Amino acid sequence: MSKPDSRAETAARIRHLLETEGDAVAENTRGFNRGRHEAVRELEDYEALKSEARAIKEDAIERLPELIDDLREAVEANGGRVYVADDAADANAYVREVVDGGTVVKSKSMTTEELELNEALEADGAAVTETDLGEWVLQLADEAPSHIVGPAIHKSREGIADLFAETFDLAGEDRPETAEELTRFARERLLRDIREADVGVTGANFLAADSGTMALVTSEGNARKTAVVPDTHVAVAGVEKVIPTVEDLAPFVELIGRSGTGQDITSYVSLLTPPVASPPVDFSDLESPIAASGTAAGDGATEAHPDREFHLVLVDNGRLAMREDDDLRETLYCIRCGACSNSCGNFQSVGGHAFGGETYSGGIATGWEAGVEGLDTAAEFNDLCTGCSRCVPACPVKIDIPWINTVVRDRINRGGDPGRFDPLVEGLTPDDETGGLDPSKRLFGNFDALAKLGSATAPLSNWGASLGPVRAAMDRWLGIAPERDLPTFERETLVDWFESRGGPRVSEGMARREAVVYPDTYTNHVAVDRGKAAVRTLEALGVRVHVPASTAVASGRAPLSQGMVETARGKAERCRNALLAEIDAGRDVVVIEPSDLAAFEREYERLLPEADATALADGCYEVLEYVYGLLENGADPAGLTAAGDSNATGGDDDNGDCDDRDIDDDRDRDDGDGITVAYHAHCQQRTLDLEAHTVAVLERLGYDVTTSETECCGMAGSFGYKSAYYELSMDVGEPLAEQFCDADRVLASGTSCCEQLDALLGPSTEGSTEHPIEAISPPEG
Amino acid sequence: MSSDTLSAFVAGAEDHHASVHRSAPDAVAGTVADLIDPPAVGVRLPDELDLPEGVATDPTPAELDAANTGISAARLAIADYGTVVLESDAAGSEAVSLFPERHVAVVRAGDVVPGMREAMAALGDRLRDGASEVLATGPSATADMGDLVIGAHGPRDVEIVLVEDRDE
Ligand code: SF4
Repeated sequence: MSKPDSRAETAARIRHLLETEGDAVAENTRGFNRGRHEAVRELEDYEALKSEARAIKEDAIERLPELIDDLREAVEANGGRVYVADDAADANAYVREVVDGGTVVKSKSMTTEELELNEALEADGAAVTETDLGEWVLQLADEAPSHIVGPAIHKSREGIADLFAETFDLAGEDRPETAEELTRFARERLLRDIREADVGVTGANFLAADSGTMALVTSEGNARKTAVVPDTHVAVAGVEKVIPTVEDLAPFVELIGRSGTGQDITSYVSLLTPPVASPPVDFSDLESPIAASGTAAGDGATEAHPDREFHLVLVDNGRLAMREDDDLRETLYCIRCGACSNSCGNFQSVGGHAFGGETYSGGIATGWEAGVEGLDTAAEFNDLCTGCSRCVPACPVKIDIPWINTVVRDRINRGGDPGRFDPLVEGLTPDDETGGLDPSKRLFGNFDALAKLGSATAPLSNWGASLGPVRAAMDRWLGIAPERDLPTFERETLVDWFESRGGPRVSEGMARREAVVYPDTYTNHVAVDRGKAAVRTLEALGVRVHVPASTAVASGRAPLSQGMVETARGKAERCRNALLAEIDAGRDVVVIEPSDLAAFEREYERLLPEADATALADGCYEVLEYVYGLLENGADPAGLTAAGDSNATGGDDDNGDCDDRDIDDDRDRDDGDGITVAYHAHCQQRTLDLEAHTVAVLERLGYDVTTSETECCGMAGSFGYKSAYYELSMDVGEPLAEQFCDADRVLASGTSCCEQLDALLGPSTEGSTEHPIEAISPPEG
Repeated sequence: MSSDTLSAFVAGAEDHHASVHRSAPDAVAGTVADLIDPPAVGVRLPDELDLPEGVATDPTPAELDAANTGISAARLAIADYGTVVLESDAAGSEAVSLFPERHVAVVRAGDVVPGMREAMAALGDRLRDGASEVLATGPSATADMGDLVIGAHGPRDVEIVLVEDRDE
């Protein structure tokens, strides 16, 4: 992945997918994602339901061997057979024996994709037809699924119409065009196959160990036909699908459709306890009644039909080893709802053909592919996870997907050997990582060292970095996108500034609280103004503020995002020592950069002893959250800059070269003296539920606030700096640019968001993106 | 069943493109007859509820193929979602409810439960006894052909007859 060639190849592949599939994927995933937001809002106790679902999964995976035994007993008592297959070959061999070269209809199942079951059956001369319309389209087109729930979302209606016309030689009147016609055509073709099939193969969304019941969640009804028309049913499912009881299904049934496609429930949730009682429908004998004469609704419903045969193939294929792996185990809680894909900015732009492996796609695919295929497969797309964390609140079983991606990235960095450790590091800066680490990862992972050097040598450092040949070399050797402006280092750091002005200005006796403004690497060396603004704001609200040099310690967030877990741990320990000392001294820690706050609140529990992580998380606040708290507790906002104050106007100029797309020009403009600010909260800040505080503070100061509707600006840390991903990053940001294009003033909480918005909205004299603290802080001087 | 639950059920069904028709037990045959697009196939209803004349019970595959309407009983209904719970039984309810373009489901008001949790609690023992059920909510649908289409492999039209005893 580190060689210039492979970077160019990655960039080219992504560009191709952006052009060919990006629009369809974007429309569908964003639609699903909007649907999710609406559908979960209706749920009374969404968070409790998620916790319940997670607890069931935790318990089930913990007791998995025992539950598999219970399930086997239940299925066998009903008259079915259970086979636990070690790997793909083992599973396929079993199914091949059952099918015996016959005709097969299948409903959608990612597990059978993982096994490549169709190919295995076809090798025996079996005819296999996918009956899910999306899967069928892909089967005809000979393509792989691009999404775990909507396999064909990358295909347009026109493309499908052409595909059908070509495959079945249809022209003129016969050629289906509309979605309605295409559906009808597919239904009729597929019914022919279902009528003739010897065997129906399905997956299973859940398996209840107490009853042997399997749940199949579908909307089309094809799984129902597949399971009950032929007399033989083979269900293929990963071992992780087992849950203890049928009652445990309730939270999952309420969550799965909402999370995935935004439907509160799918049309059908089949709860089959096979072999089922329903008589097979034998279309080779059209005139004999399908049921015994005289039966009524409910008759014989608990008896298996005598002609039925049922096989449950439970697939291990790496899963039981994942269960033993502390970092990958959570992957097994996944219910394959697709929410992590839909909520992911990068996925929304390129889809699963870029952000996916052999079988699985989206955020959680890294865990699946690392577990069932191996690290090499996961390595091919793992970098597309920027760690933005927007999938975390979307996941109905609360999987920490970014952490799985970080761990797998770390293992990839170490060449697949988690124990390998080479203290004799070469490369840019000393760290705790192995020698073979990608130089670009090493650079971004050690951004704090670079920043120190940058400030010390500014403005020379900035001038050097802007030179053409230097940028070309950076692109070639480090993969840094030449199109991207680099951060400009300030000669005077925040810590220096604070010291030179003579330390705290609010006296101990007058102070409402004491706080430390955490001088994160960026605030200290690059975005020094926002640090000064934070100090002035807090002082205006009566806080005795400190910015001690001892706290200018990198949080470890940068190496973490490169998968350099050991380096991150070392930095986290140093940062904890510095900040806990302040907290112990009775000071609050105020954090400006959301990704650092996220490190303290979400990630330190993985890097530090629990008590330390909790103490730090409890003692730190996001800067506007802190301001909000002060105002709520009676601090007087008079000293702050409100919307009507003269220096608050960003001017009415449009932001540079933003073309007038379909933006409503007058929106929010004419509410008296209110200044319209467009505010984009950082992804991690939204995950931590901290957007509302900033909005409340801005509104209290008289601003009209429009918030962003997109999940992501596309930059997420170092991502947009990398040449392989630069174009993707800009594509992800496009909807945000469209929405914000006409705002008087644009605010964003994260460093990378500010940079991205500046790049997206074009250069502008007054309108460069600022942190909200800069909008409200008292003027300098 | 409380009238709140029943009106929630009606609203839930309508949200999912299904319609509910209230009927007294002795009027079921007439109510169903009005909802039929012939030819129709059906499963004999429980509790002495009658099907209208002309509905082929004990259908053959040929009749199933030709039918425009299928009539079956629902064992339970879930108010929150307007869901009917169809049983997979020896009488062929599954096929009857799935093949024709229109499905008429008959459910007793006393079998409407408020939410998913109550439904699963009510179904638990029955599933442990070996039964199979389908939670069916509205018509079948797909978005795989570039737009939402109602009616995919299953019915495109769902009519629910809600049977209310006078004292309910
Ligand atoms: S990881 Fe979570 S959000 Fe992603 S598919 Fe699995 S259950 Fe859904």
